[in-house]
Amino acid sequence: MPREGILIEKPLERLSPKQVQQIHDASIDILNDPGLLCFNENAAEIFQGSGAVVSKVSGSNTPCWHIKIPGKLVSSALKSAPSTVTLGARNPENTIIMKGDEPRVFFITGSETNIWLDVDFPTYASKTDPNKETKIPEFKPRRGTVADLCDSAHVCEHLEMVDGYIRTVNIQDNDIDVDNKDVNKYFASLNNTTKHVMSGLTNLKQLDNVVKMAEIIAGGRDNLKKNPLTSFITCLVKSPLQFVDDTTETFMEVCKRGLPIVVSSSPQAGTSAPIKEAGIIAQINAEVLAGITLGQLVNKGTPVLYGTVPVRARMDTLGDSYGSVETSQYNIDCAQMARFYNLPNYSTSGVCDTKIPGQQSSIERLFSNVLVTLSGPQFLHCAFGLLDCNSVFCLLQAVLDDAHFKMIKFFLKSPGINEQELETVKKQIRDVVATPQKMFINYIRSVMRTGEISPPYPFEGEGDSDDVFALASQRLQELRDKPVEHIDKATTARIFREIPGLLPRLNIYEGKQ
Amino acid sequence: MSEEILEKLKENVIQGRKTGDDMGVDESLSGTPGVLELTESALSEDISPESIITKALTPGMEIVGEKYSKKEYFIPDMLASAEAVGAAMDVLKPLLEKSNVETKGKFAIATVKGDIHDIGKNIVAILLKGAAYEVIDIGIDVPEDKIVDVVRQEKPGYLGLSAMLTTTMTEMKTIIETLKENNLRDKVKVFIGGAAVSEEYARQIGADAFCADGFEAIKTLDNFQAT
Repeated sequence: MPREGILIEKPLERLSPKQVQQIHDASIDILNDPGLLCFNENAAEIFQGSGAVVSKVSGSNTPCWHIKIPGKLVSSALKSAPSTVTLGARNPENTIIMKGDEPRVFFITGSETNIWLDVDFPTYASKTDPNKETKIPEFKPRRGTVADLCDSAHVCEHLEMVDGYIRTVNIQDNDIDVDNKDVNKYFASLNNTTKHVMSGLTNLKQLDNVVKMAEIIAGGRDNLKKNPLTSFITCLVKSPLQFVDDTTETFMEVCKRGLPIVVSSSPQAGTSAPIKEAGIIAQINAEVLAGITLGQLVNKGTPVLYGTVPVRARMDTLGDSYGSVETSQYNIDCAQMARFYNLPNYSTSGVCDTKIPGQQSSIERLFSNVLVTLSGPQFLHCAFGLLDCNSVFCLLQAVLDDAHFKMIKFFLKSPGINEQELETVKKQIRDVVATPQKMFINYIRSVMRTGEISPPYPFEGEGDSDDVFALASQRLQELRDKPVEHIDKATTARIFREIPGLLPRLNIYEGKQ
Repeated sequence: MSEEILEKLKENVIQGRKTGDDMGVDESLSGTPGVLELTESALSEDISPESIITKALTPGMEIVGEKYSKKEYFIPDMLASAEAVGAAMDVLKPLLEKSNVETKGKFAIATVKGDIHDIGKNIVAILLKGAAYEVIDIGIDVPEDKIVDVVRQEKPGYLGLSAMLTTTMTEMKTIIETLKENNLRDKVKVFIGGAAVSEEYARQIGADAFCADGFEAIKTLDNFQAT
C-alpha cells in the first residue's frame, strides 16, 4: 500500500473558472510577448527545432537567445506530460502516487538551508528568589554538516506526517566540495530514511553517479524506473522569464533519464515579479509552463511536477516574506492552476519569517499550513522545521510541525454523517435525556480509543507552565533513539566501491556517521 | 472461589463496567458479568460487604486513580468506574447498615440558586459516590432554605456548593450565613467549587475548602476523615 496522504474532498479555491482561464491566456501571451531569455544553447536549439521563435540576442556578455513559445507547443506539452507521477521509496509502503486531478496532499520536508539550529535548555535562577529556577530554551545556529543531514533524515523517517524527504540542510563539512557534495547528500538521505528522497543537484557531472547509486539501491535500472526512489528539483527558470544555463542543462539531462523532476519557479512579488496577485500568478504560470514544455520536448512523457514557490517581498528589506498572507494566497492559486492542467503540484507552506521557534513562527507556519493544505496541492513541500525564510532548519521545529500537521489531518476527516449514525445518536439523545444526570459521558468511552476523538496537544505542560519546547525536545530524543532501516551491508559495500567521492565515515558498517 | 470473584470484581471496577452490557477498555469483556452482577454473586457466595469493599471496590478504584495520574485513563473512565462502584454501594448499603458498619460519611451537594449548571456537580457526585461516600444530590438552582432543610434533616457531614457564574457565586455566602443563623454551620463542613470561585473566595466567605475538581474533592474529604 502506498502512502495515504490527505484527500481534500472540497479544495479551497480562490479563483473562479473564468479567472483560471484568464490567467492561462495571460501566461500564453507572456510566453509570446515578451517571451523568455534563454542562456542555454541546447535548450534554444530544441525550442527552435520545435517551432518556437528563437533569435540570438546581440550585445549580451553571455550567449543568450530570445524565445517566443507558441501556445500550441505548450498545449502539446501539457498533453504529453503524465497526469500521474509516482515517487518510489526504499520501502515500497512509502511510495507516493500523485494524480493531477486528485487533490490528495503529501507532506514533504525541505528545502536546503545553510544554518542548523541546535536547542539547549540552560537553567536560570530568579534575581529576586535564587531558589526559583527555570529552564529557558536557547537556540544556537551553526553551519550544517553531513552528520546533521543524517540526523534529520533519521528523525524524519519517524515523523508520521512526513511522506517524503528533501534534504533539509546544506552539508558544509571541510571535506565536502562541489565534486562530492551530490553523492554524499543523496547517500546520507537515502541511508537514513526509507521514504522518497528528492534533491537538487549541485554539479551536473555527478548526475550519473547519483542515478547509479539509486539504481544499485533499487536493484537495477529497470527497477529504478518502476520504483523511482529518488527525484530531482530544478529551478531552471530564473524570474522573470529567464532560462538559466546550468540548471536548464541539468533539467534536460534528468528529463533524458526519465526520472521524476520538479519544474520549479520562485518569483518574488515586488522584485522579480509584479506585486499584484494577477501579475505574479500569470508570470509564474508562464515560467512553469515554459519549463514543462522544454521537458516534454526533450523527452516526451517525462514525469514532471508543476513546481511553484511564489513569495511576496518584505517591504523593509526586499527579502522573501514566506510568512506573509499573500504568499499563501499565491500558493493556493497555483494549486488551482496545476489542477486546471491536470498536473501534480509541488507547492510550499509552513516557512516562517522569524529566526527561531516561538509564537511568531507558530502563527505564520500554521496559517499557511492549514490554508495551503486545504487547496489540495499533491506535493506540499511544507518546510518541516524551516525558519528565517528558508535559511535555518531546526529539528525541534520539525517535531512540532509534525504534531500540527496531525491536527490538520484530523480536521480534514470526513464528517461521517449518515442515516445509520443519525439513528444511533437520536436513540442516544432520547436515552440520556431520560436519565437524572442528563450526561453523555458514558458514550465517550466507546469512541475514546478508536481515534475518533482528537488527542490533546502532545506538548501540553503541567499547570500554568508552557513546556512545549521541553516536551518536544524529549520527543525528538525518543525519535533519535529509534532505529532506522539502513541500506544493507552488501549494497552499501557496492555503493562505496562503485560511486566515487563518498565519505568513508558515512559507511555505518565500517566507520562512524 | 471468593478470591476469584473479588479479583474479577476489582478488574471490572478498573474496566468501568457497571453491568454485563457495558463495554470496558478491554472490549473482549463485553457480555461477561459486570460490577453489579459480580457484587450479587459475591454476596451469594457469603463474601461480606466489608470484604467486597476493601478487597475489590476500593483497590480497583485506587488503580483507576493511578491510571488517571499516568494519563492512561481520562475522566470518562474514572466516571464509569465510579458509577460502577456507586451502583455496587447501593446494593451493599442496606447490608452495611444492618451490620452497623459506618460508611465514609454523607455528602450533600447542590448548584446554588439562580445557577442551572450541573456538569461539575454531577461529576463530583459520581466520583464521591465511587469513593464510598453516601451522596445526596439536592439538584440545581437550589434556594438556601432547601439546603438548610437538607442539612438539618439528613445531617450530612459535608456540604458541596457549586456555582458556574459570577452572578450566582454570592449565593454561597448567603447559604453559609443562613447555616450560621440556624446554628448548623458547625455541624457541616462546607466545600465550594465551580468556574466562578477560588480558594481566596472560599476563605473570604468562610467556607472550609475550595475544590478545583472532583478528584480534589475526594482528597479533601478524605483528609477531613483522617483528622
